[in-house]
Amino acid sequence: MHPSDLRNAIRNAGVVGLGGAVFPSAVKMNLSGHCERLDHLILNGAECEPWMTCDDLIMRERAEEIVAGIHILAHLLNPQEVLIGIEDDKPEAIAAMRAACAGTGYAVRPVPTRYPSGGAKQLTKLLTNKEAPFKGRSTDIGVQCFNVATAYTLHRAVNCGEPVISRIVTVTGHVARPQNIDALLGTAFADLIAQCGGYLDGVERLIMGGPMMGFAMHTDAMPVTKATNCILAAGLGELTPELPVMPCTRCGDCVDVCPANLLPQQLYWHARAKEFDKAQDYHLFSCIECGCCSYVCPSHIPLVQYYRYAKNEIWAQEKEKQRAELARQRHQARMERLEREKQEREAKLRQKAPARPEPAIAGPEAGKPPIEAAIARARPRSETAVAESGERNG
Amino acid sequence: MAMRFKTVTSPFVLLDTSVGLVMRRVLYAMLPGIAALAWFFGWGVLVNLVIATIMALAAEAALLAARGKPLALYLGDYSAVVTAWLLAVSLPPLAPWWLTTLGILFAIVVAKHLYGGLGYNPFNPAMVGYVVLLVSFPREMSTWLIPHGIDQAHAMTLLETLQAIFSGVLPARFAPDALTGATSLDILRTKLGLGLTVTEVRNSPVFGIVAGHGWEWAALGFLVGGLWLVYIRAAAWQIPSGMLGGLAVIATVFYLIDPQHYAPPWFHLWSGAAIYGAFFIATDPVTASATPRGRLIYGVGIGILVYIIRAFGGYPDGVAFAVLLMNIAAPTIDLYTRPRVFGERRA
Ligand code: SF4
Ligand code: SF4
Repeated sequence: MHPSDLRNAIRNAGVVGLGGAVFPSAVKMNLSGHCERLDHLILNGAECEPWMTCDDLIMRERAEEIVAGIHILAHLLNPQEVLIGIEDDKPEAIAAMRAACAGTGYAVRPVPTRYPSGGAKQLTKLLTNKEAPFKGRSTDIGVQCFNVATAYTLHRAVNCGEPVISRIVTVTGHVARPQNIDALLGTAFADLIAQCGGYLDGVERLIMGGPMMGFAMHTDAMPVTKATNCILAAGLGELTPELPVMPCTRCGDCVDVCPANLLPQQLYWHARAKEFDKAQDYHLFSCIECGCCSYVCPSHIPLVQYYRYAKNEIWAQEKEKQRAELARQRHQARMERLEREKQEREAKLRQKAPARPEPAIAGPEAGKPPIEAAIARARPRSETAVAESGERNG
Repeated sequence: MAMRFKTVTSPFVLLDTSVGLVMRRVLYAMLPGIAALAWFFGWGVLVNLVIATIMALAAEAALLAARGKPLALYLGDYSAVVTAWLLAVSLPPLAPWWLTTLGILFAIVVAKHLYGGLGYNPFNPAMVGYVVLLVSFPREMSTWLIPHGIDQAHAMTLLETLQAIFSGVLPARFAPDALTGATSLDILRTKLGLGLTVTEVRNSPVFGIVAGHGWEWAALGFLVGGLWLVYIRAAAWQIPSGMLGGLAVIATVFYLIDPQHYAPPWFHLWSGAAIYGAFFIATDPVTASATPRGRLIYGVGIGILVYIIRAFGGYPDGVAFAVLLMNIAAPTIDLYTRPRVFGERRA
């Protein structure tokens, strides 16, 4: 198959990153414009967060299929080296993948189990010692990273023609039988929990994702999506209760743990003061929201919450700016068009004036211009409305 | 009916730590040094600590109440107690009670709460209190007891100590000048001023093995506590290493130039408030630099300033002034020492 046909097939099968980011995989398989061929293709078998075991399980049970998926990736991306990063607390997964990779030249590399080594950028750094530029893509440094579960679905999609209709979900925490379930997309959380024997007493929060970066759900009537890597029914014992927030003492504990080498306390300071441009000066957008800073903060400041807030505000401002710019362009285009039409009308009038004595020519063709003119008249009106409302808002 | 759950944001698990825990650890770390001070300088050291603690808690409570902050939460952060201990340890053992109280009030009310309370004060509160006292009451601030072991007659009972602190009455057996027992840095300073050489000065009984008799043991105590703080990461290692390193380097340079006029580096490191300041004063995170490289620079700056003040300034010791001066510089240092962000090109 031609690479672009293959990518199309992959896209139509709905193959996305199953680590949690659900970025369309087909896009990542297109190198054009970035580099000729990849130095390293990285398979991420390092669980994103503590408590998750879905990647571990899929590597143990479906190593062959994952490797089949890697063949497809390697075919498309032509990498010099294929590295499979697996955390060193998963010896069975490492053994299974090593066995499946035998003779393929793919290298299985154990990495230290230290959150957040499962983050794509962190894993890349661990395996290749390369850092993805903060304004750019990983392909700029010749690296592309895929989750092992993604490789599995790729194999299913390409070799079996099965689109992504299910994924492995870790159901854990306060349930009777914590386990990994190959769940159809759309299955309600409640059904999965029932499958695991139901809730135990004392469940406080239901978290989609892990304890560090997950989202607390207010109900279990949510469906499994491609991003649902883990459902955590957390009891009070496992989670830290909400603690009173103290002022930042600039202790620097957050600085010591930030995997992005940021200054979380400065980001916090500026985000809180709504000085978003300053927060961006401190590289707010390099923050991967891993939550390490909040985890260690002795003042119990919900730092990540501030970063998310600041990012959202900045995005909203950008969008607003773009909208205003668009409205301005539209307005200008309209003025130009009106002017042009006026001139055209006048030119036509001047042309028609001497032709008035012969109205008999008017036939079927003559009927057309008025309709077009009417359409043209109608269109500016609706566009005007848009432009004006845009102006009011901008 | 679907289950309903609380929603808050991630992360959902937090390390078992708190401001109170960090502050308590600082207090524990001070214990060995305090024990040594109490051994050599008597009950006064402990009485000062008690007065300072009570006054600091009272002032903190009053200010918190006035500012409408939750009392229990903020008193439980122990930051007022740390300030109290840091200041009390720096005071002469027989400092009159009002001196201690005044220093504490200045530290807590002016230097801390008027600037916005915990986390917002640009200057180290304990050192602000100390400097105010040093400038306003130079005589009271320099009357140190002669350390235990030099002159047995000056050992005081608890009752005598309380009397001296609260009513200013010294035991009858004391000679009128009993309290002028100056510190080794004072002596070095005055004697050098009189034209004596360092070796001659060091023969005075006030000097011990490396530095001031008694003082060196207190310094050792603070060193032990301080190293523990660094080991458990309650204090940033860059600040004490920077400060002691800076002090050592500049002292060595001058010592090599003229060993008869400048005290050797080990004497400087082991004297006065160098070790205590490096591990307990300069490491106050609120007022220090917050970036890893910045902390090193901040520490080195303090070390160099301490030496300059000791050797050329008007006061025998300069830790308090040096720390306050570098407090001013901290925000600027932070600005120029941002770490290289992940993915940023190496400069
Ligand atoms: S860990 Fe918390 S208190 Fe410490 S500097 Fe960071 S934000 Fe401030
Ligand atoms: S969440 Fe905190 S620790 Fe993680 S990258 Fe962002 S600032 Fe750094």
